[in-house]
Amino acid sequence: MNVTVTLFLQYLIIGLATGSLIALIALGYTLVYGIIELINFAHGEVFMMGAFFAATLIALTGITNESGGVAIVGILLVALVGSMIFSAALNFGIDRVGYQRLRNAPRLAALIAAIGFSFILQNIGIYWRGSNPFRPPEIIPAEYRSMNILTEWLGLDTAVRFRLLDLFVIGVTIPLLVGLTWFVYKTRVGTAMRATAQDREAASLMGININWTIGVAFLLGGALAGAAGMVALYYNDNARFQMGFRYGLFAFTAAVLGGIGNLTGAVVGGLLIGLAWSFSDGFVKLFIPAWGPQWTTSLVFGLLILVLVFRPSGLLGEETPDKV
Amino acid sequence: MPTMLEVQDVSAYYGNIQALKNVTLHVDQGEIVTLIGSNGAGKSTTLKTISGLLRPRTGSIKLKGEVISDKPAHVVAGLGIAQSPEGRRIFNRMTVMENLELGAYSHGKPDPVDLERVLTLFPRLRERIGQKAGTMSGGEQQMLAIGRALMAKPTVLLLDEPSLGLSPILIDAIFNIIKEINAQGTTVLLVEQNALKALDVANRGYVIQTGNIVLTGTAKELLGNDMVRKAYLGEE
Repeated sequence: MNVTVTLFLQYLIIGLATGSLIALIALGYTLVYGIIELINFAHGEVFMMGAFFAATLIALTGITNESGGVAIVGILLVALVGSMIFSAALNFGIDRVGYQRLRNAPRLAALIAAIGFSFILQNIGIYWRGSNPFRPPEIIPAEYRSMNILTEWLGLDTAVRFRLLDLFVIGVTIPLLVGLTWFVYKTRVGTAMRATAQDREAASLMGININWTIGVAFLLGGALAGAAGMVALYYNDNARFQMGFRYGLFAFTAAVLGGIGNLTGAVVGGLLIGLAWSFSDGFVKLFIPAWGPQWTTSLVFGLLILVLVFRPSGLLGEETPDKV
Repeated sequence: MPTMLEVQDVSAYYGNIQALKNVTLHVDQGEIVTLIGSNGAGKSTTLKTISGLLRPRTGSIKLKGEVISDKPAHVVAGLGIAQSPEGRRIFNRMTVMENLELGAYSHGKPDPVDLERVLTLFPRLRERIGQKAGTMSGGEQQMLAIGRALMAKPTVLLLDEPSLGLSPILIDAIFNIIKEINAQGTTVLLVEQNALKALDVANRGYVIQTGNIVLTGTAKELLGNDMVRKAYLGEE
């Protein structure tokens, strides 16, 4: 295999892993927007809080990379579920304390409240872990940390690396995406959510408790953000109070790119943004020497501007819903 | 017949604008009662207030003697009041079946007997059961809105302008179905601009003007009333 192909595959893997993380966060934006047309600007911080919670929880258990396989896999699972519950409760709480009181206020009020919550959570982050980046507790033994599944498990002779960590990201993301789709399209509560998103007043005439249903959207979005936070903590091998800002903006872009309010759109948008991020960080340099990671943010937001100009409803977004 | 629904001295506001002024009306078990009036008279507002979408500022609304005017809309729906709202308000991006299932939301799972009853009343809905509701014609959407309300097994069915925007043939069909629904035991409060048709199927009626009930009587009395004939039946 020549070098270009190898690098292409490598950046593809990185892009897909990063993209699935972004998709998890983007779903939280799109769920909430779909139901109350609010851009929850605090969502990136809910993700950050999920990462912080996982780091603290794991440190408290005192498990290290010498604790043995069962304990390590166990604590990873506990931390994953713990972060999901923590972030879900946090997101739900923000809605109850803040947005719910502003439901009938002009939309700008809730938007500004969201920005306010974002600042509050960042400052809680600083208080919690300081303002410098920190590394997660080392619980993954070194030999697994960088192990290449393609050579070690599949016996392939390749320079492309698909690490256990990449598998971890994808292994957490895909079941969550499938689970969410099932929940929204197949369960009673999911149907109530879709009805509320389409016509809140008509939904309440059906006997649907609107505030509770909106709360469920916040719970689900928060849980996905918490999972993403826990995964990002180990995938990036560091965390910081500002981590929600970049991921949050990228995920928001992904949601708009795919068509905000559309679940599939958020996943497609997330993967596209992840790929753009990864290829811009390294691969493009092979062809355009002046290109480098410093252009990634410009590229992503350039994409956002192009979408907003040429297809404001997003790639999979529906045209303005038909009102009879 | 015992009173099912009792609206007593209800005043309601949109912001500072008073939409209902001491509205009093009642619907007895097994009746079709119609509320007629022109655009903006307060007909839809009356139904919204009964359903709990709008909180009355004064007065009370009772269902079988129990006060419901202090309860939110989703609780009122669970107590047995179903509404087919103005403009149909069906869930366009969901299938006909999903819309009907949502009608039965308060009961958990839809009752197969109710489903069969609705699909027998409206055979067109059976043909289009898997179709997205928003792609149907206006008449079919109206049938869905009524069918969806029936799925809730309502003790009182509120119908808001079921004839609006339909062809004369469909209007006749819809009114026949309303009679049939009533004959099957559902109490109906019918809001209409089409006063002639409404009084034709109703037992009693109320006339509402700028938020006030100005006239009430049996359907026959109202059909013979000069004011009603001039204002709503288009007679000189």
